[in-house]
Amino acid sequence: MVVQPPQPAGVPEPGAAAPLPDPAAPSLSDGEWHRLHPLTPLFRGGLFLVVIAGIIIANLRDRLVFIFLPWLDDDIDPEDIRDFQGRDPIDFIVANNLYLVAVLALLGILLVLIGLFYLSWRFHTFRITGEDVEVRSGVLFRTHRRAPLDRVQGVNLTRPMFARLVGLAKLEVVGAGLDSNVKLEYLSTSNAEAVRADILRLASGRRLAEARAAGAAHPTSRVSAAASVVSAGITGIIEGAEEPVSEPESVVNIPVGRLIGSRLLSGSTIWLLVIIVAIIVGSIAGTPWVLFTLVPALIGFGAYWVRTITRSLRYSIAPTPSGVRITFGLFTTITEILPPGRVHAVEVDQSILWRPFGWWGITVNRLSGRGLADGANEQFTTVLPVGTRDDVERVLRLLLPDLPESEWPLLFEHGILGPKSDDPYTNTPRRARLLRPLSWRRNGFLLVPDALLMRRGVIWRKLAVFPLARLQSIGLEQGPVDRALSVASVRAHTISGRVYGRLGVLDRDAALGLFEDAEAAALAAASHDRSHRWAGDTSAESAAEGAAGAAAVAGAVSVPESSERAAPEDPR
Amino acid sequence: MTNSPERTPDQSPSGVSPHTPGSLAHAPTNTESAEVSTSPASAPEPQVPSDVLDQDTYESIREPRSASRLPLGDGTWHQLARQYVWVQLISTGIMALIVLAAVLLVTLLWGQWWAWIPGGIFLAILVWTLAITPRQARAYGYQLRRDDLVFRRGILWQRVVAVPYGRMQLIDITHGPLDRGFGIAQLKLVTAAASTGVVIPGLKQEAAERLRDTLVDVAETRRTGL
Repeated sequence: MVVQPPQPAGVPEPGAAAPLPDPAAPSLSDGEWHRLHPLTPLFRGGLFLVVIAGIIIANLRDRLVFIFLPWLDDDIDPEDIRDFQGRDPIDFIVANNLYLVAVLALLGILLVLIGLFYLSWRFHTFRITGEDVEVRSGVLFRTHRRAPLDRVQGVNLTRPMFARLVGLAKLEVVGAGLDSNVKLEYLSTSNAEAVRADILRLASGRRLAEARAAGAAHPTSRVSAAASVVSAGITGIIEGAEEPVSEPESVVNIPVGRLIGSRLLSGSTIWLLVIIVAIIVGSIAGTPWVLFTLVPALIGFGAYWVRTITRSLRYSIAPTPSGVRITFGLFTTITEILPPGRVHAVEVDQSILWRPFGWWGITVNRLSGRGLADGANEQFTTVLPVGTRDDVERVLRLLLPDLPESEWPLLFEHGILGPKSDDPYTNTPRRARLLRPLSWRRNGFLLVPDALLMRRGVIWRKLAVFPLARLQSIGLEQGPVDRALSVASVRAHTISGRVYGRLGVLDRDAALGLFEDAEAAALAAASHDRSHRWAGDTSAESAAEGAAGAAAVAGAVSVPESSERAAPEDPR
Repeated sequence: MTNSPERTPDQSPSGVSPHTPGSLAHAPTNTESAEVSTSPASAPEPQVPSDVLDQDTYESIREPRSASRLPLGDGTWHQLARQYVWVQLISTGIMALIVLAAVLLVTLLWGQWWAWIPGGIFLAILVWTLAITPRQARAYGYQLRRDDLVFRRGILWQRVVAVPYGRMQLIDITHGPLDRGFGIAQLKLVTAAASTGVVIPGLKQEAAERLRDTLVDVAETRRTGL
């Protein structure tokens, strides 16, 4: 045996540097079929098996002692053997001396289960091509799900607490429909990061090979080198740094105190107070036992607060070239990337409880690709749980990157902070102020070239921004009372979400004008919108790709896109 | 089909008021306005022969009397087929008869006179529905403009929606047995927004199919991201 010369400390041998994942190495997104992480079955149902085994073993504790010390009970009654039905099967095994059979049967069951898990793992494959993400699963009933990349609404990387312990992560490609997500669970965290970067790059319309070539130039960067290569451009601009930064820095930091305070000062707290008062009044008024319901109510609210607070802890939001990157969650960390043009509506709101502190929240309407009943929907709509005015401005600039600089004062000074002198917004006419007794000076709209702004509410101040390129349709409504006052409502139709698009009690002629103007502007914005392939450049290479991409577009109707892609009047 | 150029200022981008009052089903107004309108893009127009869309339909949109109603604007409004009213009347009437029979059964057989309370309310609503159905049917209208479809409905509660063709995700045609008997169908236009809610009931079946094919064709050429 040859004794190796000791390595000089601190200098790794050349081979040791290889484990750093090289983005140029064959990855999971090379257009071939790949399997998920081998530990996947354990986390997708294997844990269930372990739990069942644990329960069985716990229940058989006495039995096991008995089985392994059988001489304690050698006078088995032959009667038991005859009428074993309805009795414990262990008794039967013991009575008939069938240990071998039993063990073999157990082994068989275990093998079959492991085999099934293995099969389901083997058959669960995914492929990422230039046009779509595909997942095939199922052994007997095969399912094959394919999501076109130009309809990708975002990519979420979820790290549940248990999976995080072994370095696994769940990747979810958000599609545009109910229950239309493509899930890759589980991948190792590094693979998941790389796959996410690749999916986003492919979806952006950039070629993978091109990015790889660029990636090879930065061999020092680590796991998310692939992401950082592309992000270098933008983070470099923002941070002024020369080094490519793999983890873009959050533009907003929420102190824990502010987060807890904001949750305590939310609408649910008012409800809790109302309930407590009702309970106390009820108990005084004659039924003292009502007082006992106080305890479950408090426990319920406490659990709710803890849940909402832990969910929002470790919040960060940062720009990446693939879109806005939002991370949150204390135990289960979710990192979502929202590509440009996937935000259908943004709303900045402030309840009267938050006003003394100057706190604001931001919610968006976006496609989460989940079922209607999915409880996780809500957490994907909140983009900023609580923030100061500066935070709001920074986040809005990320969410609405196309808004020109000249329009920001309209949004901030006039829109968010309410009516000031020479207000550019078109508000509720004075004659109809009884329909908006408090907010009629504030209740109004403003149409800017890229967006429709709706300002509402005095007690609960809200400003909704609808990017016109995402506006699905626009409606005009008028009831009998409206007609008597010569006013009408405008409703901007976007995908459903928490941002509500209806603005009531506007002057009829102003509403009619808005209806026509917003429709024309929406048509223009939609014809120039290229965010479904947001990074596709206008060179000849992208034209060729456009032809290829056109063949792959799925949806209700297959679409030749080449006409709009080749549109020469495109400004970008 | 109808329009009302004399009532409203000219707001349409086409700037053309092709309709001559009195010309009914066979005036090719839709295609005419499409040709005249000037636009930068070269996407094809939605072209459905008017005699298909306007065969046996109403001729004027019913509006609220107040001057501050939502105006019709210009352009050609296509309307529902007259058979739609019959379908609605028959189905509502059958429902009313069933309710009446049930109430009579309960009161006469078992002597439960209270059954008239819910039954009476229900019957009153149904009779009211019957009474306003013909008016409501005349208030429906849709317009095929260059880049979007405009839909309107309602008299007391007016609603106007403009849907760009590129936003359509799918188009549904449904017809029940009664609809089939009268040769009409319902066309539903689905966008990514659930609140768009454009449902055109009571189109002639041929008109519905032609309209669907045209809309799908036009939507394909203008499709963008969501």
